[in-house]
Amino acid sequence: MSKNKQTAGHKGAYSSQRKKEGEGRSCIRYRCGLTNTIQDVLNQRPGWVEVKDDGEWDFNWCDVGWLRENFDHSYMEEHVRISHFRNHYELTRKNLMVKNLKRYRKTLEREAGRLEAARCDFFPCTFVLPSEYHIFVEEFKRSPGSTWIMKPVARSQGKGIFLFRKLKDIIDWRKDGSRSEEQKDEAQVESYVAQRYIENPYLIAGRKFDLRVYVLVTSYIPLKAWLYRDGFARFSNTRFSLSSIDDQYVHLTNVAVQKTAPDYDPEKGCKWQMQQLRQYLTAKHGFETVQTLFKEIDNIFIRSLISVQKTIINDKHCFELYGYDILLDQDLKPWLIEVNASPSLTASSQEDYELKYRLLEDTLHIVDMEGRLTGKEKRVGGFDLMWNDGPVYTDVGLEALGSSCLVENTLLDLEKCSIASLAHQWILCSEWVPSE
Amino acid sequence: MKYVATLHMPVPKMKSFMRFGMSVKGMQKTHSIRSLTARDSRNRFVTVRMRWFRTRTVMMRLFPMKLRRKMSTYRTIRTDCFMSDTQKVFPGGFVVIRLDTVLDPAVLQRSQMITENPVDITSVLMDESAELSVSVTQIVQRLKGTHLHSQLEKQAKECLHKPEIKLETLKDDVRRLLKASGWERKLQNAVYRELHILPPSGHPRAPPEHTKEPLEYMCKAQVNWEKRILKSLNSMCTELGIPLARKRPVPEQKELTNKWNEMGTDEPDLSKFRPVYAPKDFLEVLVGLRNPNNERSEDLTVRSHWGLIQVSLNVRDIPQMREMYPELGLTYGQLGIDDHTHVPPDLFESEHIHIGKKVVSEQDSAAAQQYSRQGCPTGLRAQLWSLILNTTNDPEDITHYEQLKARVINHDLLVDNLIYKDVKLTASNDDYYFVFEDYLYQVLLCFSRDTAVLEHFSYNSATPPKSCIQNSSGSEQCAMVYPPNGVIPFHGFSMYVAPLCFLYNEPSTLYRVFREMYIRYLFRLHSVSSHPSGIVSLCLQFERLLQTHLPQLFYHLREIGAQPLRIAFKWIVRAFSGYLSTDQLLLLWDRILGCDSLEIVAVLAAAVFAFRAENLMEVTSLASAEAVLADLSTLKVMPLLQIFLFATSV
Repeated sequence: MSKNKQTAGHKGAYSSQRKKEGEGRSCIRYRCGLTNTIQDVLNQRPGWVEVKDDGEWDFNWCDVGWLRENFDHSYMEEHVRISHFRNHYELTRKNLMVKNLKRYRKTLEREAGRLEAARCDFFPCTFVLPSEYHIFVEEFKRSPGSTWIMKPVARSQGKGIFLFRKLKDIIDWRKDGSRSEEQKDEAQVESYVAQRYIENPYLIAGRKFDLRVYVLVTSYIPLKAWLYRDGFARFSNTRFSLSSIDDQYVHLTNVAVQKTAPDYDPEKGCKWQMQQLRQYLTAKHGFETVQTLFKEIDNIFIRSLISVQKTIINDKHCFELYGYDILLDQDLKPWLIEVNASPSLTASSQEDYELKYRLLEDTLHIVDMEGRLTGKEKRVGGFDLMWNDGPVYTDVGLEALGSSCLVENTLLDLEKCSIASLAHQWILCSEWVPSE
Repeated sequence: MKYVATLHMPVPKMKSFMRFGMSVKGMQKTHSIRSLTARDSRNRFVTVRMRWFRTRTVMMRLFPMKLRRKMSTYRTIRTDCFMSDTQKVFPGGFVVIRLDTVLDPAVLQRSQMITENPVDITSVLMDESAELSVSVTQIVQRLKGTHLHSQLEKQAKECLHKPEIKLETLKDDVRRLLKASGWERKLQNAVYRELHILPPSGHPRAPPEHTKEPLEYMCKAQVNWEKRILKSLNSMCTELGIPLARKRPVPEQKELTNKWNEMGTDEPDLSKFRPVYAPKDFLEVLVGLRNPNNERSEDLTVRSHWGLIQVSLNVRDIPQMREMYPELGLTYGQLGIDDHTHVPPDLFESEHIHIGKKVVSEQDSAAAQQYSRQGCPTGLRAQLWSLILNTTNDPEDITHYEQLKARVINHDLLVDNLIYKDVKLTASNDDYYFVFEDYLYQVLLCFSRDTAVLEHFSYNSATPPKSCIQNSSGSEQCAMVYPPNGVIPFHGFSMYVAPLCFLYNEPSTLYRVFREMYIRYLFRLHSVSSHPSGIVSLCLQFERLLQTHLPQLFYHLREIGAQPLRIAFKWIVRAFSGYLSTDQLLLLWDRILGCDSLEIVAVLAAAVFAFRAENLMEVTSLASAEAVLADLSTLKVMPLLQIFLFATSV
């Protein structure tokens, strides 16, 4: 309380002081719209103070709802940072993402040829309903017997998703939708995407899984994206088979959905760390195959971000942490399922909590409210700079390898504590965090 | 002279020992030697068999000094006989000093690889020595009935139709063709595999129990332990009113067939079942072991009072381990160290992977085993391990697996519940292994029905438990091995399988590899025996290593009532499975396979204590010591082992 008072009291002096761009600011006032791991991270950050209600803030970790209501009519000073881009939905809403990707693919085909455009074929065939209903039906009839998945475009965490194989199911659903009270008002606005279901997912011991990888974008123009090393694989709790099409628990690997499965055991967690998965895949398929796979995954991040680069309103106040959902099929081809702007930050287990805690801490390091970075870092905490207006290559060992051989800077899945070669970065890390 | 030694070599061959720098006396006519001086490191081609008539002290004194030293370093020597301070004469007892296996061309080839010193192996193979021929006959007998044999025959017959076969040189031509088509290598691998599980050929007059376990008190302890387990199993059976085995009704069979691939989704009520025993019950048995010849407790040295294991067996100390496992040394490249991100891959890793691919393409078990000592690359491990264990995935292996599966579906056993319970308690709760729950059931249930596992009881100190099974009419009773494979699972048993799930996708392959691992190594971790890889030796070795190299720590822990073995025992029994992170565990198991010994497990346990010694010195209770050692998942196995073995001052 006293702290709040102090800030209020010094308000006049403070605003003039603030012009010095962060340096010498006694504390950073933050606002946090969420009550989970992020709150703990912000709370424990030395020199950061929470503002309640409508107090002035320097840093805002808001939810997208808040953004929608307030963003347009609030003035932000130079140093202020906020955790979303204004029109992030261009990437994170399923229909818009596909629209942008399709457009990007077309441009590429025109400008760089078919081969380059084929590098964008990492999303399943998708149509927006109801607007593209007729094209969808055409495509649907062209591949009889295939399975499709319907997802509401704007909802997250697996809500409202179902699978179907017959056109009849979807017609019934449309009727249903118009009848039900709850959906009546929304039915007009809420559109769905129908997506070709990946029928041959890669299974580990008969279980389906998807990958959750975190990507932090600090600027769209120029595009600057960071990839977090510790992703994880989320396993479906039940066994995969296409015959049990009604059992949505099999098909969805979102922890949010899994949690409501009748035999869900929170203790189990159902997750593998990325290095665990990589090791497993290497054991089965050899080093080179897995190397290619991870490069393909990198490609997905970059292409998908480039596809919205010009659409998203770049704003230097904004940064955004995306949760990418990637699915592998039996041929070890990665598919982009969706991108989340507000990835679940609620931890399912102690290990998960630690991962998310580190993730958010490192995010804040990069957002760098404290002004400690030089701007030339390629690795900060668990993040590797993946794209900086162009591919980023690692400096490590370049002399030894010869400059012709460029190594991508990303180390998705690499064990963080084993990187002795990055020692200088770690020293840097420990220097940032004021020891108290 | 109080002993006679016989050599596994024809007379002319024996002369060649001199070339190896050994002096041999009195051998020319009798195949027996009076003294043998080994002063050469290459004497790996010698097998000496000695019958002894007097006690070991007398024996030992009669040996030349250098040989005495050599003897204690070679692993196949039943050195326990020397160590136990017994005045008893083993009737027909004997000592085998195998400086290396002579029989095995593959081993010779390996030694060639090492010394690059070509040895004429044909004459060794043609050896007519009686001892050798016994082993050869045994192996031939075992191989005769196999699928490999019939395939070889078929191949040989097919060869006859080829134009390049001449009648005059028929034998050689067929041999050459078999060699060219890779069948010779397959035969070699099969022989190599047999050698691994071939019980040390006993003296004709030695009773068969001797191959199982030469020390009587160990035998007795094992028998008593088995009685206890069986009793507890039987009492559970009567308490719960569940039969040991029953035929499943048809609908149940169908149900099980349908959910074979998802047995983990089933949540049977297992609350009434408890594991028959846990590692700590077994530890009590080992702690209670006493050598009756050592009863006079006042004569015991101070050291023997320190630890929990009170029997004396000869276990290797650090210098001996160094000699034994030179490949783990600091000058050798190691996967698990030199594949680290800061070491450029072209220094060691690429080269090692390159060699690994070659080994796999050569399909040579012996080479694969040698290779594995420096670690297997993740991408090649599955193939290399299959090669070392000589497991194939032929149609008949798949059929065998399917038969076992059918047996599971037909009959319900009480032990199934124990398996379910164990998987639920261990693997399903594990952060890494939970995914493999279904595989574990598929492997373990089949394992319990596999009577082929019974074979390993010819060299395992344990005896398969027998239970009375009532005839269907209820009138007759007969003793049957129960469970059919003779192995009663205990708490943590499923963790033997779990790491392998990381390597093999196909349940039948996974099953074969696990079974082979079990009958070669893993069974030793829960039967009382004096084998150097047996659990007793491992525990003793662990304690000795700590006592010798970290006496203060050992003393401190002992004083606060935290005997180190009480903490380390669970690691050793599971060969660290479930305690280390998977990649590290596989690196450790690489070395177990490569060195053909479990000793490395004991060394690692000691190394872990050494690594956390500083923290352990500060604890004041067993609970806090356990807390310090609770999480091993961040440890790096190879650096720990190397530092402990090669960078500790001795």
